Amino acid sequence: MRFLDEYRDAKLAAHYAGKIRSIATKPWTIMEICGGQTHSIVKYGIESLLPEGLTLVHGPGCPVCVTPLEMIDRAIAIAERPEVIFTSFGDMLRVPGSKKDLLTVKANGGSVQIVYSPLDAVRLAREFPEKEVVFFAVGFETTAPANAMAIVEARRLRLNNFSVLCSHVIVPPAVEAILSSPEHSIRGLLAAGHVCTVMGYHEYIPIASRYRIPIVVTGFEPVDILQGIFMTVKQLEEERAEVENQYSRAVRQEGNIPAQELMREVFEITDRTWRGIGEIPRSGLRLRESFSDLDAERRFPVADIHSQEPAECVAGMVLRGIKRPYECPAFAVRCTPEHPLGAPMVSSEGSCAAYFQYGRVRHEEHA
Amino acid sequence: MKNMPDHRKNAVLDFSCPTPLSSYERILLAHGSGGTMTHRLIRDIFLKAFRNDHLALQHDGAVVGALAGRLAFSTDSYVVHPIIFPGGTIGDLAVNGTVNDLAMCGARPLYLSASFIIEEGLEVSELCAVVDSMRTAAAAAGVTIVTGDTKVVDRGKGDKIFITTSGIGVIPEGITIDPRSARVGDKILVSGTIADHGIAVMSVREGLEFETAIRSDTVPLNGLVEEILKASSDVHVMRDPTRGGLATTLNEIAEQSNVGILIRQNAIPLDPAVSSACEILGFDPLYVANEGKLVAFVAPHDADHVLDAMKRHPFGKNASIIGEVTAESDQGVVMESSVGGRRIVGMLSGEQLPRIC
Repeated sequence: MRFLDEYRDAKLAAHYAGKIRSIATKPWTIMEICGGQTHSIVKYGIESLLPEGLTLVHGPGCPVCVTPLEMIDRAIAIAERPEVIFTSFGDMLRVPGSKKDLLTVKANGGSVQIVYSPLDAVRLAREFPEKEVVFFAVGFETTAPANAMAIVEARRLRLNNFSVLCSHVIVPPAVEAILSSPEHSIRGLLAAGHVCTVMGYHEYIPIASRYRIPIVVTGFEPVDILQGIFMTVKQLEEERAEVENQYSRAVRQEGNIPAQELMREVFEITDRTWRGIGEIPRSGLRLRESFSDLDAERRFPVADIHSQEPAECVAGMVLRGIKRPYECPAFAVRCTPEHPLGAPMVSSEGSCAAYFQYGRVRHEEHA
Repeated sequence: MKNMPDHRKNAVLDFSCPTPLSSYERILLAHGSGGTMTHRLIRDIFLKAFRNDHLALQHDGAVVGALAGRLAFSTDSYVVHPIIFPGGTIGDLAVNGTVNDLAMCGARPLYLSASFIIEEGLEVSELCAVVDSMRTAAAAAGVTIVTGDTKVVDRGKGDKIFITTSGIGVIPEGITIDPRSARVGDKILVSGTIADHGIAVMSVREGLEFETAIRSDTVPLNGLVEEILKASSDVHVMRDPTRGGLATTLNEIAEQSNVGILIRQNAIPLDPAVSSACEILGFDPLYVANEGKLVAFVAPHDADHVLDAMKRHPFGKNASIIGEVTAESDQGVVMESSVGGRRIVGMLSGEQLPRIC
């Protein structure tokens, strides 16, 4: 496949792995922010190519993982209503709520449908005017523009049976929350290439200088990640703390301006609870007042649903890079993709699921 | 796709129904009542399509002559939606699936039974298309459908049509194919590109459009198996990686034979369009279903010979040696990725769900 195979090339990968080994003099710890990167790292066995002592920790960039339990429970309550067609991206369906997940709602007769685009949900609302179609709008700055577009489209079509359950989050405040906590040992960051495709990377420049930490905007293929790690290690060895762009084939400093404008038209910044991490100020997006008639939380009586996370799941520490998935006592024992205790075991981007699927050999070797 | 029977190219368009069941355009509950409408349905559609002496008797069962040697016996149910998809129909799957299960035992498939559970309201033309594809598939595989059954269920209690086929085959003298007999050092061959069927069905089911149409790979593999067994007497295991894909099949074999398996990502045949579709959907092709592929575990000295034999057969022309059996049974299946790293290839857990981004 063009534009992908080039970045999965064994020779190029070996080249960057060699360069990393030749310049790394200290046991650096680097966090990759995005779950897509985590998955590539584990799927392609990238850690086995890195020098001893260089540690990758996995960040909070899995939209499914950080969606708060409360929001899942609200989604389930809405999906169970007989008049509702509840639409969602596929991997949200298996995320455990307090008592069940959306797949169980579907099995019990609820109308829960996987969509590939939020515009499919708008189409359903037109096709079934007698039903209430609700779209679960989750994700980072990557999914927000398309979701905003669906909301604008629904307004243009004057659909009064379409609404969104909005649990959008944004990356930079979460990064700051992690870096300002005293527990972390992170010395470099791989910023999420796709988020930066939309937002650019100017937001990271003050973070890099405030926390004295190199940040490299990095893609998702194995060669991208190895090159991103190399650029980060090089900065660390040269005692620099700058924002650099490895993913220059997709990311510009200013990002995608029309997409940002669309997001601003529909959403505004709000405080948001991150599953496993807690509330982070100004880290979420909610619908602006002018679109509040499309807000499912206002349309359905779910505001009273409040939920507590199971105590055994250490998802929060995994998402902040303090613990690795296999350091959780429940990992692969009481917590598996079939019976997840926490969301990182569910999503294909969750680090627990990535380790469960691909990485068990390695952690046994380390143990 | 030359060498494919014609009906696969255009399952619906080419088809002409043997008899349009007089005035009925759709199957009614009465077609399953056992009365005259049932008889007419059986006579006009099933008997006409599968025409043979066993069925013509309309007895309670088929009586076949004595079979020499060990018998293989297999059964499978087919519930695919949609029932007609690019590259085949549920009828092709029902015949080829059971033929292939028998062939994986090293058997020559001979006789099939076919049971149909039809949902009230199924269009007769669709039923005809399915039955006709079964006729063509059975002829291509050299098997006879000797007995069958038809039931009709209320609308909403089924999904157009469910088909169960069972089959009997004879295993030639001296052949022992068994999922427990993979040996350390065996080479692992796969007969062609993986994941075609699952992605073909997925793309119609979800209304996804790709630039090139992705077609199911459903074919009977008994001919290919005969060539493989002619080429080597040291074939230890054969399986067709259907549901759960190549990864699941390899895991089952590793576990049953108590061995490790090492495969190389770069050696696994994958159609570029299927590969792109998997990227978009977030699917791992190793876990996507196949309906016309097999994996063979062959003693190393015969591997190239078997590979050549597979490549000479139309259903094995993209065959490849993808790895070998190792002694590291505690690791299960390990894959060397395209960039040289190694990772575990586990069993599929739950179902693959399309991802967010």
